[in-house]
Amino acid sequence: MSSRDSILKAVKENQPEKAGLPDISVFKTSTQGSLSKFAAALNAVGGKIAYVSDYGEILHMIKAQYGDHAKVISPMKELAMLCTENFDLSTPVHSLHDVDVAILKGQFGVAENGAVWITDKEMVNRALPFITQHLVAIIDWEMIVPTMHDSYELISRTRYGFGTFIAGPSKTADIEQSLVIGAHGPRSMTVYVMG
Amino acid sequence: MEQTTKDHSALAQQFNRDEDRVDWHDETLWWIREKRDKAAHQLPEWESLREAASQIKNNTLSNLHDYLLQFEQNAIANGLQVHWAADAAEHNQIVHRIINEANVVRIVKSKSMLTEECGLNEYLAKRGIEVIDSDLGERIVQLAAEPPSHIVLPCIHKKKEEIGELFHQHLGIEANISDPQFLTETARQHLREIFLTRKLALTGVNFAIAETGEFVVCTNEGNADMGAHLAEVHIASMGIEKIIPERAHLGVFLRLLTRSATGQPITTYSSHFKRPREGKKIHIIIVDNGRTVQLGRKDFRNSLKCIRCAACMNTCPVYRRSGGHSYHTAVAGPIGSILAPNLDMKKYADLPFASTLCGSCSNVCPVKIDIHEQLYKWRQVLVKNGYTPTAKKAGMQLMTWTLSSPGRYHMAGKAGRWVLKNAPFAVNNKLNPWYRQRDMPEAPELSFSEWYKQNKKN
Amino acid sequence: MKVGLFVPCYVDQFYPGAAIATLKLLEKLGVEVVYPPKQTCCGQPMANSGFEHLTIGCNELFIKNFEEFEYIVAPSGSCVLHIRDHLHDDKQPEAAKSISNKIYELTAFLTDVLKVKKLSAKFPHRVGIHQSCHGQRGLHISSMTELVAPEFSKPLSLLQMVDGIDLLQLSRKDECCGFGGTFCVTEEAVSVKMGKDRVADHLEHGAEYITGVDMSCLMHMEGILKRQGSKVKVIHIAEILNAG
Repeated sequence: MSSRDSILKAVKENQPEKAGLPDISVFKTSTQGSLSKFAAALNAVGGKIAYVSDYGEILHMIKAQYGDHAKVISPMKELAMLCTENFDLSTPVHSLHDVDVAILKGQFGVAENGAVWITDKEMVNRALPFITQHLVAIIDWEMIVPTMHDSYELISRTRYGFGTFIAGPSKTADIEQSLVIGAHGPRSMTVYVMG
Repeated sequence: MEQTTKDHSALAQQFNRDEDRVDWHDETLWWIREKRDKAAHQLPEWESLREAASQIKNNTLSNLHDYLLQFEQNAIANGLQVHWAADAAEHNQIVHRIINEANVVRIVKSKSMLTEECGLNEYLAKRGIEVIDSDLGERIVQLAAEPPSHIVLPCIHKKKEEIGELFHQHLGIEANISDPQFLTETARQHLREIFLTRKLALTGVNFAIAETGEFVVCTNEGNADMGAHLAEVHIASMGIEKIIPERAHLGVFLRLLTRSATGQPITTYSSHFKRPREGKKIHIIIVDNGRTVQLGRKDFRNSLKCIRCAACMNTCPVYRRSGGHSYHTAVAGPIGSILAPNLDMKKYADLPFASTLCGSCSNVCPVKIDIHEQLYKWRQVLVKNGYTPTAKKAGMQLMTWTLSSPGRYHMAGKAGRWVLKNAPFAVNNKLNPWYRQRDMPEAPELSFSEWYKQNKKN
Repeated sequence: MKVGLFVPCYVDQFYPGAAIATLKLLEKLGVEVVYPPKQTCCGQPMANSGFEHLTIGCNELFIKNFEEFEYIVAPSGSCVLHIRDHLHDDKQPEAAKSISNKIYELTAFLTDVLKVKKLSAKFPHRVGIHQSCHGQRGLHISSMTELVAPEFSKPLSLLQMVDGIDLLQLSRKDECCGFGGTFCVTEEAVSVKMGKDRVADHLEHGAEYITGVDMSCLMHMEGILKRQGSKVKVIHIAEILNAG
């Protein structure tokens, strides 16, 4: 018998009597998430927030913050003029090793923890949000959900090959529990809330 | 690597030789426990969430056969390659085979307690494969040639000065540097080079979803994603118990996991791997390694509900004062002490006794595993199966003989009190482990029953 | 109301004062208390060491001694928890179950059954309360810091009725003292360290006395206090509630 079949057989023989699933819909709120709660949660996990009314403002702010020499990459058409290099599906992943700033559209933010949901559709290259030194995510102001339960309600209506919740810059406290921002991924994360 | 001849008590005694260090270890972990409390108290629905998580996991175990099949089917449909491993050896062989097929000799690995359990690094090293652990804490213990001492904070037992010395020796920084910021930056530069040059990455799995065939990996550092997305081949190793039925259930688990672990509301990255990107391969290895046996143990099966948050370790007063290495197993602390005997009763017979049964572990457990009750039950099983020192057995039999008879009990009590009063040297010596650091209680003239007889003749 | 008094073996032998205070306190509150003279031990020392199968004799004896009473009260959370959770007798399962249902730890009995609202006790000292785990996490006589639930404490609410008492707040409200039955000798190093840390928390907050519902925890902490040459004393909660 293959290991697969023997494992499945052993599981079947040893698993306990059927137990039902709980009703988790009670945790859903079905209201819009609070932007101020999202901002507070994002700050608490080391992220920054900025409010913008249009892409023009973003262009201006990115230039002001990262200067003219930074390597900026974004798959967003609205920000094409910011990009210092061409970037699409065919871009080899290792050429991203020196990206300074990556700007991605986020599908929504989560008020309870400051996380932004981004999928491979928005990132184009899956390595981009991790390899960049600084990450910028843009979300629409009305796209804030209160909790993770509401998040999965939204996610259930979409398709992706890879998707991730990103809550702030990469961090570690492995050395004596001292929090250090900028572990292996971005050293900063800024969320632009648009609208 | 680990001294297996010593039991928890002896290893803990060794750890306690440096009391300042014990205090430091205890206080660091207690601080994390306090952060966990604070995070939990911010959610009024906390206890309902724990109950829901517990029920989802109970359902999972009760229907695991079908969920595993459903996961496999969906994962294959998503383009993932699914492998099954009956034990650690088979898991390691599968990993090795995939590495050979990819034609590489160097791989990068993010945190996976399962691969620790399977001894993967040693196995691959013997076969000429270099494995670099990319989680900062794991990299540190790897450089120190030690196993992790904690499942979430692998090098919690190491002081920053010791880490500086390791980096001085292995990563070429100057001597006597202990600034965590500098040390982390050093590791970042060192590991970035690794991520960019390794074509195969191995990660663990936090949750595998039957309904969709995707799996979720959570990290704060971004190391799992850096490894997986920069490599051409991604291997994800998971125990059969990592399955959850539906994606919506992640709402419950992701809310509990990191709040329980570190007090954060969520890890920085909660990455959902559903389909490989074009031209890339994702292999998932589903491992048994004793889990189906544990599933069949009625009293112990619900240890398989564990989501590896380590809250039980952080709260355990014994863990905090004995260090993870004193448990001489991949998963230390209270949860490790109920998992390990399933794998080897003889080797881990000491672990269920490394607890006062205070019950704090069960209270913090986000999936409501009755950890301290299982510790009690393992004690019974281990004794019945003969894994008890002979002297202890004889002592217990004598105690039973005394306590099951009022006459013998009163005689023994009187004799004991007489000894304490008239011959204290018989007990106040180094052979009595109570007396080494504690005084014996004073013996009263009369026991309560004697007093009662004299004062309260009914 | 006729109550059977169960006095744990080590209390009987080493701390008769705690048992005498329990008896007198209950009588003061109008309860008829009977002490069955042939009692020994609940069997917990064997059971917690993995020898539950050797406790048959203790269980039979326990049932024989206490079957007749309406309530059984003991000045110990730990022994009561053991009886509640583990007393069994294959020959008379109903009798065993009935015992488990009617046995109470002293402060729970005072709060839940007698519904004590005031006491005529006086204890003008600064006192730290040790939350013994088995009473707290096992019998739920107090809320627990791990859980998100309303705060309460039966022992504390009773102590607050004592005249002149000065109750202190600990840094770690409900950490285990490290006694743990045979753990205190089989894991001597950790047990002692836990005990030292618990004691230090009380000392830092100026305790004159450390009290609690379990003499076993207090015995362990007393051993450490005495070895340190401390003047701070341990005292069973019954002795405070009956003082003055």
